[in-house]
Amino acid sequence: MAEEVLLFGAWASPYSHRVEMALKLKGVEYKYVEEDLANKSPSLLKYNPIHKKVPVLVHNGNPIVESQVILEYINETWPGYPLLPKDPYERAIARFWAKFIDDKCLLAIFKASWGEEKEREKAAEEVPEFLNHLENELKEKRFFGGESIGMVDIVANFISFWVGAFEEAFGSELLTREKFPKLTNWTHQFVNNTVVKESLPPRDKLVAYLRNRFGGRNVSK
Amino acid sequence: MGEVKLLGTRHSPYLHRVIWALKLKGIPYEFIEQDLDNKSPLLLQSNPVHKKIPVLIHGGNPIAESVIILEYIEEKWPQNPLLPSDPYEKAVARFWVKFADEKGLSISKVLQSSGEEQEKARKESLEMLEIIEEHAPGLGQKKFFGGDKIGMVDLTLGRLAHWMGVTEEVTGVKIMEAGKFPRLEAWMKNFKEDPVIKENLPEFKDTLAVMKRHRETLLASK
Repeated sequence: MAEEVLLFGAWASPYSHRVEMALKLKGVEYKYVEEDLANKSPSLLKYNPIHKKVPVLVHNGNPIVESQVILEYINETWPGYPLLPKDPYERAIARFWAKFIDDKCLLAIFKASWGEEKEREKAAEEVPEFLNHLENELKEKRFFGGESIGMVDIVANFISFWVGAFEEAFGSELLTREKFPKLTNWTHQFVNNTVVKESLPPRDKLVAYLRNRFGGRNVSK
Repeated sequence: MGEVKLLGTRHSPYLHRVIWALKLKGIPYEFIEQDLDNKSPLLLQSNPVHKKIPVLIHGGNPIAESVIILEYIEEKWPQNPLLPSDPYEKAVARFWVKFADEKGLSISKVLQSSGEEQEKARKESLEMLEIIEEHAPGLGQKKFFGGDKIGMVDLTLGRLAHWMGVTEEVTGVKIMEAGKFPRLEAWMKNFKEDPVIKENLPEFKDTLAVMKRHRETLLASK
């Protein structure tokens, strides 16, 4: 039976792009299905009945959902490019940072950009604290994964590209070179990587989309 | 392989996930009780980012976040596996671990709030139970989510077996109506009766007292 790999995604979603990056790094052939999140397809609802979200990876008819769960699955299913270190302790550290990025960083960045007033102030204080932890974790490494891109880098894709788009869309300042030199360098390394570049949405289109979708909620300069 | 230390507070559901995993795999460890109002240098050094428990320290290497600790334990000590070996089934298990871990926070919120906020948390907790009852694979057909043996999903949902009941009694708010979740109720019974779990649960009345104080302190500070 020929292998079938489907990816249901949305062009503006960083979560969806994580999966694309991982599949490309592993050299896995897949068919991409663009979802209109305002008008979800019956397939999406069938494959992800609980959350009804993208991304969804369907491998030989089996659906896997939640981007980090999908990344672990991709890593275990296809050999070659390792997304995680071999050593269990180093894997635990990688998973810790991946969880930190999603649970804390991204949440705070969203809230700082378009949360309710009270939430926004608190989040705005948290964002630099959280980014600082990442800055310190990078140390002298080229990527969070070391010499090459790994799962933490992939999960941090939001910080490498979407944050910049946010800053442009809303005139905010989240990631500055002065405060976060290592993270800023990492951003450049990451977005210039050949595989990553292929997976990223066009910047102008993303900025326009963000302004359109979230602009109304943001009451700033 | 190096000694295992476990930092935690006696009545934490998150701590118990790790205790159960260690006990199920027969791994000896030293429990070092923590005072969260007066955090120890060891805790702050071992978990500088979150400063929370549980933290597992293996041969001097600290790991934080209960679910990540479970994955580490699983990889380091493969006996009595907590996850399926098939990558797809493993992915399904990880989905439910994440679901239980994230949605279970609503039960904590019921304990930590009152009024509208508490009602919202109660509804979210109920929704979580409904989704599990309806969608969780194997529930009702097998003894545990993990099959015949306890697995990572069971451990992550362990708060239902003890802490949810404590929350209901402390707050007077009912989350799980009897009879409405037959499959989940059957699972809870199997889980609580498992000898390893049974032997490693705190006394209900003790957790009750601790959680009651915890709630009073929290509400007083709001």
